[in-house]
Amino acid sequence: MDLFFISLCLLILSALLSFLSRKGTRHWGCGGVFAGSAIGLVFSVQALVQNLTLTKSFGILLPSLSLTFGIDALSAFFLVAIFGLSLLTSLYAWGYLENQDLLLPSLPFFPLLVASMAAVVTAQDGFLFLICWEMMSLTSFFLVVTEHKLREVRHAGWIYLVATHLATTFLIVFFVLLYKKTGSFLFDDWALLISIPPFLSGLLFFLALVGFGTKAGIFPFHVWLPHAHPAAPSYISALMSGVMIKTGIYGLLRALTFLGLPPLWWGGCLVGIGILSAVFGVLYALVQHDVKRLLAYHSVENIGIIMTGIGLGLIGIAEGNAMITLLGLGGGLLHVWNHAIFKGLLFMGAGSVLHVTHTRMIEQLGGLLKKMPVTGVTFLMGAVAICGLPPLNGFISEFLIYSGLFRGAQSLSGLSLFLVVIGIVGIAFAGGLALACFTKVFGVVFLGEPRSCQKEKIHEVPLTMQIPLIVLSLLCLLGGIFPQFVWSSIARVLEVISPLPKAVLGHGDGVLGLLHPVVYACLIFLGLGIVVGLLGRLLYRGRTIRHAVTWDCGYAQPSPRMQYTASSFAQPIAVFFRVLFRPHLQFQKPGGIFPGPSSFAVQIADFAERIFFQPLFSQCDRIFGFIRKIQKGRVQNYLALIFMTLIVLLLWEVWFGI
Amino acid sequence: MVSELLKLTGHLAILLLIPPIFLGIIAKTKAFFAGRKGPPLLQVYYDLFKLFCKGGVDSRSASFMIRLAPGIVLSTLLMAGLLLPLLYEAPIHFRGDLILFAYLLALGRFFTILAALDVGSSFEGMGASREAAFSAFSELAFFMALVTLAVMTQSTSLSHIFQWGNTHPTFHPAVVLLFISFFLILLTENSRMPIDDPNTHLELTMIHEVMILDYSGPDLGLILYGATLKLFLFMALTASLLWPPTGLFGFQEIGYLLAKVAGIAVVIGVVESVKSRLRLSKIPQLLVANLVITTLALLITVLGGPI
Repeated sequence: MDLFFISLCLLILSALLSFLSRKGTRHWGCGGVFAGSAIGLVFSVQALVQNLTLTKSFGILLPSLSLTFGIDALSAFFLVAIFGLSLLTSLYAWGYLENQDLLLPSLPFFPLLVASMAAVVTAQDGFLFLICWEMMSLTSFFLVVTEHKLREVRHAGWIYLVATHLATTFLIVFFVLLYKKTGSFLFDDWALLISIPPFLSGLLFFLALVGFGTKAGIFPFHVWLPHAHPAAPSYISALMSGVMIKTGIYGLLRALTFLGLPPLWWGGCLVGIGILSAVFGVLYALVQHDVKRLLAYHSVENIGIIMTGIGLGLIGIAEGNAMITLLGLGGGLLHVWNHAIFKGLLFMGAGSVLHVTHTRMIEQLGGLLKKMPVTGVTFLMGAVAICGLPPLNGFISEFLIYSGLFRGAQSLSGLSLFLVVIGIVGIAFAGGLALACFTKVFGVVFLGEPRSCQKEKIHEVPLTMQIPLIVLSLLCLLGGIFPQFVWSSIARVLEVISPLPKAVLGHGDGVLGLLHPVVYACLIFLGLGIVVGLLGRLLYRGRTIRHAVTWDCGYAQPSPRMQYTASSFAQPIAVFFRVLFRPHLQFQKPGGIFPGPSSFAVQIADFAERIFFQPLFSQCDRIFGFIRKIQKGRVQNYLALIFMTLIVLLLWEVWFGI
Repeated sequence: MVSELLKLTGHLAILLLIPPIFLGIIAKTKAFFAGRKGPPLLQVYYDLFKLFCKGGVDSRSASFMIRLAPGIVLSTLLMAGLLLPLLYEAPIHFRGDLILFAYLLALGRFFTILAALDVGSSFEGMGASREAAFSAFSELAFFMALVTLAVMTQSTSLSHIFQWGNTHPTFHPAVVLLFISFFLILLTENSRMPIDDPNTHLELTMIHEVMILDYSGPDLGLILYGATLKLFLFMALTASLLWPPTGLFGFQEIGYLLAKVAGIAVVIGVVESVKSRLRLSKIPQLLVANLVITTLALLITVLGGPI
């Protein structure tokens, strides 16, 4: 545990130094994160491999409260992802922030964000957890509004701040209810709770789902993601999308350890939400033109897949089917790591493109693969992995979830059967759409010819920005062909989460029995691919290869403007789902004998924003409008109101003793 | 051990040598309907030989993607072929191999689309966009059909699914519905009528053919052979639903396999002769309707009790 505190102290110290330093902000900030994460990574890997269970308490002067840190397999699992990705991100940020003075002022929050994420997953009492959770939300807010001079960035930051605080409200209620039930804030005491009445446990589950789900980005609470991720600097987007939203998954899993045996509807609820998130996430991703916004929507999709896995695990527990539980929860957990790897990779790749071309709009890009081969190839690896295609890591976790779902379809009946069938078809559909989406991104950004005339010289990014991409894409490959080594850690995490008896968890070997053949098949496929590829090249030996212009129906001088655009690429699917998208068209037709300028623009507002949040907030605005009258900007008034509230709460506590 | 090796060689030989002939059968059937003589049955072999002996012409816009894709696409199809039982169980089979089967096909599609976008042509982009959209919709029915098969046979391995022995319920309604659905998936995945017209001469209306416009020489040969292999795999899969592999290995069984796949090829030829191509906007509706067919098959399987 000492190593962990050293790492936390290093991170906080580096935040202070980079804040105070005039010239060395970048050195202290990135270097501090690098050192702190490296130490933290050593500790967390050790804890995960040796299955350490440690706690450390710090007394503070408030009654019945202490600050307890602790680590078990579940914490260590998420900690590895957090420190691992932070390590690579710090390296990336080092190159990314060079000569970027506008992005530097928010850098001190970067080590603080890493530290608070690490603290969130190791906090072992509710009080500390909420403090760290708020720290995490605030530091990431400051990082999101780095470029606060842009209006849309301020707007994004505002949405994020409101969303995260509304979610925290649910969490506060969740923690207070549990405190009332046990008289303690310690997670250990909560885990010992045996009998919670079904109504209360259902309520607690709902609170946890909304509270943690908003951070994770489940549908329909995902609305902050597509605003906040593009606004933040790319290295922060990678960190937020790769690991910060996973703290929501961690929170939900931790909450499940307190709530006893899950009834069927919890699992059903999670599978339903998971599939909705997966399909809606990818559908909206498909119609985006801003590459980072598109990736943000893909986070919604992948969180949906993770949720489906967890939900399947809960269905397995409720139905008493151990194998389904193992496959669902195990696949979901594996997808947490895998998503951290490939989403970190994709966001950093997008960041490199932004760094060089100064635009996030894919319609203006093109042909980058020839100029940025390393970024291009690693981005391609990430794209293949996120589509869940073999032989990379995304396929393995989706394979486990599919196996669980198929097994469920074979052995369950009634509602559960309906849910797992929806799960299979939903993930398959999301996979097909993800394929369309990533062929669009990669094809439009990296292939073909440059679209708008790029004035600056396009070159590959510096080495510090390439190394994280290469490491992450190698991890994608390793996760695809050696997932067996990860499974033993996942089995230990499952022991923490799942209330199943240990004997049932012995089925872990069964999962390995499923994994081994598919991994061998992937290896055979890799070998086959290399052989066929080489044979294909061999056919060209001694032959002449001429170069000519691309075939365009005999037109001899095709220009880059004639290429298919991203919007056209997505058009067939966008048209099919137009009822859902409700696109807002602005079309100025060319007219007259000498046609003037013409333009065409499509805007697509998020379904959840349009149908759910806008009406909700405008109603709230109407109902609570009267409160504005007491808002006069005088501190005395506010102090008086706070004092009155405290008195009322005190009286309430005395009389009702909630 | 020796017999295992023999079986593997036999399986590979079928995959490598036989597929191109079925394009010839389809062409002959269509020629018969049109009252023509048609190209020779082995025309595709001649085409392949010609292409493999040629040099290449590359687009100046292309990167290495266009070079990479044919090899990857062909190896995904060969691998998928190794997972599919043709005469007996497949050389590679394990629990869950049908998921790998579906995802290998998706990987092949991924690289076909990227190679099409590589040359920066608007026509190829058009084809790529259609391929991406229609295959996403086709995925719905395909996975629903896989679930139905998995529930019906209590297995997730293609080899085990098609091991019916003597108990195969040939004209059980669920099996017949699945057959129809797989036939539609076959037409979609292989860009046949009424989804796509493989013989059209207008780039604007093509799907698969337009994506490979800029290929030439041996690479085009690999793609052409890959297309015949994919068609063969889907025809064998579809035919196995009604007439499963016998589980034995001999010349008689190979003849049986060829006869049933040739039967499907003739049916495709007939469909292509009597149907016109659908409007592009109607295709997603057809594919979603296919989902309904498979859902019906699943309901019959689940509610109808054991077969």
